[in-house]
Amino acid sequence: MRAVDAVMECLKAEGVDVVFGLPGGANLPTYDAFYDAGIRHVLVRHEAGGGHAAEGYAKATGKVGVALATSGPGATNLVTPIADAMMDSVPVVFITGQVRTELLGTDGFQEADTMGITLPIVKHSFMIQHPLEIPRAIHEAFHIARTGRPGPVVIDIPQDLSRAEIAYEPVLDVSLPGYQPTVEGNQKQIRQAANALASARRPVIYAGGGVINSGASAELVELATSDRFPVTCTLMGLGGFPGTHAQWLGMLGMHGTRAANYAMDEADLICAVGARFDDRITGKLAEFAPHAKFIHIDIDPAEISKNVPAHIPIVGDARHVLRKLVAEYRALEPDPERLRDWWARIEAWKAEHPLRYEDSTDAEIKPQYLVQALYEATDGQAIVVSDVGQHQMWTAQYYHFTRPRQWINSGGLGTMGFGLPAGMGAKVGSPDDTVCVIAGDGSIQMNSQELATCVQEQIAVKVFIMNNGYLGMVRQWQELFWDHRYSQVDMGEHPDFVKLAEAYGATGLRFTDKASLVEDIRAAIATPGTVVADVRVTREENTYPMIAPGAAARDMVG
Amino acid sequence: MGEPGTKTPLSLEELDAAVGLRTGRKHVLSILVENRPGVLTRIAGLFARRGFNIETLTVGPTDDEKFSRITLTVDGALHPIDQVTKQLHKLVNVLKIRDLEPAGTVTRELALFKVAAEAQARSEILEFTEVFRGRVVDTTKRSVTVEVTGDSEKIDAFERVVRTYGLIEMMRTGEIAMSRGRTET
Repeated sequence: MRAVDAVMECLKAEGVDVVFGLPGGANLPTYDAFYDAGIRHVLVRHEAGGGHAAEGYAKATGKVGVALATSGPGATNLVTPIADAMMDSVPVVFITGQVRTELLGTDGFQEADTMGITLPIVKHSFMIQHPLEIPRAIHEAFHIARTGRPGPVVIDIPQDLSRAEIAYEPVLDVSLPGYQPTVEGNQKQIRQAANALASARRPVIYAGGGVINSGASAELVELATSDRFPVTCTLMGLGGFPGTHAQWLGMLGMHGTRAANYAMDEADLICAVGARFDDRITGKLAEFAPHAKFIHIDIDPAEISKNVPAHIPIVGDARHVLRKLVAEYRALEPDPERLRDWWARIEAWKAEHPLRYEDSTDAEIKPQYLVQALYEATDGQAIVVSDVGQHQMWTAQYYHFTRPRQWINSGGLGTMGFGLPAGMGAKVGSPDDTVCVIAGDGSIQMNSQELATCVQEQIAVKVFIMNNGYLGMVRQWQELFWDHRYSQVDMGEHPDFVKLAEAYGATGLRFTDKASLVEDIRAAIATPGTVVADVRVTREENTYPMIAPGAAARDMVG
Repeated sequence: MGEPGTKTPLSLEELDAAVGLRTGRKHVLSILVENRPGVLTRIAGLFARRGFNIETLTVGPTDDEKFSRITLTVDGALHPIDQVTKQLHKLVNVLKIRDLEPAGTVTRELALFKVAAEAQARSEILEFTEVFRGRVVDTTKRSVTVEVTGDSEKIDAFERVVRTYGLIEMMRTGEIAMSRGRTET
């Protein structure tokens, strides 16, 4: 069969039921194979949309997402999704077309050095040099993308090689001598961690996206409740621990709760699980958690002691390690009373500093209220996909996620334009769930073309644009740190999002009244098909609380 | 939004202070890799991304054709290399990395020196070549080309000597390194 038909067989063998992509010259053979391969193909309107859709699909389902693009501009349009998937450890396989081998390096039409351009932002990549390499490369790509610390893998296939006739044999064994992720944690280290937890008087569990990726949420709850450990999650970890749980402190970091940040600041032991001490978590590194010893559980050894030196490093998969840690901890039968003072302190912070904002006294919709209304209208059960900016932080604060993979956003790279296509991918992967996209009026315009894809493919995402007419987060920083000099952040009332939605064949709505907002959102969600609601919110509202850049957690403002 | 987001200008001293821990010594990294295209670029990229300067770099086959050996030296006084070593381990085509301790390692480098050698200087250059156990590999009426093998310090020393006669050009291969004793590097 043709090599491209072998590609289809490989995709099916990997359990791929949908791919996102856009055809072009160099991947014409691949698209010919899709014609009757029996794999669902979602035709996106821009390759970046396809890349983010594959990410959204992967984040919602835990399966490997697949995105395709042609050579040159098609591949370069994938650069942002690839970088995004790398930063947030999202398993996606990107298959790009390349010019014919005889044209390589000659500035051929639509030629770009896809391998070279993407090299620093991939977990791994394959440049196919012989058609017979293709099946093995595809299986290796899926294996690498989904195992260990997940991430993006690029396969670049020159057009002529993809047309070659090859004898296809299924590849059943994938073994990579240089790639052996450590899954089981070191038992001795785990025992030491259990001992440290048992003697800690002010412990905090700090969990990140690794808990979601390894499917360790149940184990995390298990560990937390094997005593009364307070738990906080990073932006990427939300949903990994129920946001309604009594031991929940709220998110930590730059826009986290005071309870979470103060607890980190005063903790004597911090147990980090699948988190990487990002600068948005630590604030001023030299003053981060100054009294704490650190247990650091991560599948990626390069994360251990990268930013904060770990006293008890444990390299391994969070689920495996937490299971063992719970068993070790229970065997110690520590005295739960020792945490009483610590909880009294935490409860006082919680009572004194809940998340709050000044609500309007008229019909005006405060952006925070929009998130609360969405939470109420969906009974807290929707999959919520956000874009990047103030709305993202408010959603993280006010929508209390209770299950993993319920919250999808671009954390590490902070990619505006992520929301709509990722929501589209999430809905495709999880069709029975209500999928709501919360976007800013700035972000949505970076990939609004995917509304066409949603309508054509009948992908019923419900988009809520938190419209304040500003690039809000930048405006907030200019207000707070740059003397109110608002430079290039005012977006006015352009475009008319209702008309835009209608032009694409979606339902366009506009909400301006607080009083009916919950009902309006319910009605929007009940409306069949793709819905875009332009929600007019307070123009200048700041995201608080906040650890100012370069400041320590205890000096939070707002 | 990058840090710091405030309008206070950053002083150059602050910028200097913001870099990581340095070991203060030369590091010889011996890296066993799969013999695949692009491996060298991936490795070099990890250094380039951090603005690290690789001092020497050699790549060659090993006793197993599936693998190649990359030996590179980095100045640990200039660059914090701990994190980059961990990142190297993560590359799928990298099998093994050794940060070789100078005391437990044999290192060798080959260098060619083309030296201006007028009649009166020629015999002195030949004498030094003898002392350094070098070999004359080419000669003309006005120059000699000498091959010297040894560790980097020896080659540095020979360079200092012949510079006084007029060094026309010099080429060095960069170090290769093998651990002492019975075990594999």
